[in-house]
Amino acid sequence: MVQPLNLLKETPSQTAGPYVHIGLTANYAEIKGIYPEDIGAVMLTDKTKGERIKITGRVIDGAGTPLRDPVIEIWQADANGLYNSPEEKRGKADENFLGFGRCACDLETGVYSFETIKPGAVPFIDGRMMAPHITFWVVARGINLGLHTRMYFGDEEEANASDPMLSRIEQQVRMPTLIAERKGDTYHFDIHLQGDKETIFFDI
Amino acid sequence: MSDFENKPGVPENGAFFPRDLEMHPPAFYPDYKTSVLRSPKHARLSLNNTISEMTGPVFGHNMLGELDNDLIHNFAEAGQSAIGERIIVYGKVLDERGVGVPGALLEVWQANAGGRYRHKKEGYIAPLDPNFGGCGRVITDEQGNYRFRTVKPGPYPWPNRVNDWRPSHIHFSIFGHAFAQRLITQMYFEGDPLIWTCPIVATIPDKRDIERLVAPLDMANTIPMDARAYKFDIVLRGRRSTYFENRREGN
Ligand SMILES: [Fe+3]
Repeated sequence: MVQPLNLLKETPSQTAGPYVHIGLTANYAEIKGIYPEDIGAVMLTDKTKGERIKITGRVIDGAGTPLRDPVIEIWQADANGLYNSPEEKRGKADENFLGFGRCACDLETGVYSFETIKPGAVPFIDGRMMAPHITFWVVARGINLGLHTRMYFGDEEEANASDPMLSRIEQQVRMPTLIAERKGDTYHFDIHLQGDKETIFFDI
Repeated sequence: MSDFENKPGVPENGAFFPRDLEMHPPAFYPDYKTSVLRSPKHARLSLNNTISEMTGPVFGHNMLGELDNDLIHNFAEAGQSAIGERIIVYGKVLDERGVGVPGALLEVWQANAGGRYRHKKEGYIAPLDPNFGGCGRVITDEQGNYRFRTVKPGPYPWPNRVNDWRPSHIHFSIFGHAFAQRLITQMYFEGDPLIWTCPIVATIPDKRDIERLVAPLDMANTIPMDARAYKFDIVLRGRRSTYFENRREGN
């Protein structure tokens, strides 16, 4: 025998279930008067620096049906590429931008949308710059462990082409699943759980 | 464990230990029917943590209302309280190194004492409790401890196989310090026979890992003549410490 390492194991995940809105978006679930607002529902103030954009899309299952019950969270850097987090050691992020958004998909149409700013670029582990991107996390009934993915911007072709993470994807044919198309100020980003267009999900 | 402690001045910027995907439930689990069309078929793409995952939003204690951690009263009319068995749920949020996680936001939601959720899509015939909303939140203290007060949720039937019932449970959503630690799980109650019949519980492959979701009754923390206590510790991913700087890739 050898000495034990004494490491604990992470708590196992369980699905967020169909009533996730009660816990994460109580006001949206029409449970009023407990919280003044749902966290992450409004990402911007007048003072937030950066280009205003909208991100919208749906989460689609293996039968092509949009899910109407997911909750999506996003996490992103500010316009200068700084995260509003104690872990950010490179400088001070915009104090008028937390960078966290949370949105329940519409209970009828399945559409989600975020009004936010376009993030600046942040570095990869080796110091090279990554293309601007937003981290996505999707939970819903039937999803047993929250799904991590990333959204890149379709109008950042050059930065995307040299992105150290995108270029690591072996199946380059799937890479476009991470790229949102721009129309006006709106980026469209559908997340496919299965099928030909299955989104790349990350184990990070 | 002292080598790993979160000492002031030691930067906590190492990468997180990889997630043990064999321990977590697989995406595809046919007895839980909804997972069939919602499970990605490709393997998740493994990616070293970058700053995008090693950071995350931090929520301050000042966002909390006075009754946020009291589900018995936070939705109740003045002078009223939710119906049901009064309980205290408490515990500690730790990381895999055993270090307490301060400042972690826990959001909880649950059915009422009769097993009914306050939700548009809920169809169970059990009645709503006019004084019970079903959600609460709390932020861990400097040592990673938390506690909240609620009523014990009832079991409820759900459309899956013909006669599936969820054991009594409380849903937990946890923010640690990084998006890589983001976790949603459920707490079950010691002694509930429905735990071992539930296909959602059974998505977790190893019984010993299921048992880590079962909160024991703790008479020592019970308030006599008021509320029983259940203890539920939560472990988030841990991270490498950075006493010695890693050689950076590509240098
Ligand atoms: Fe539930």
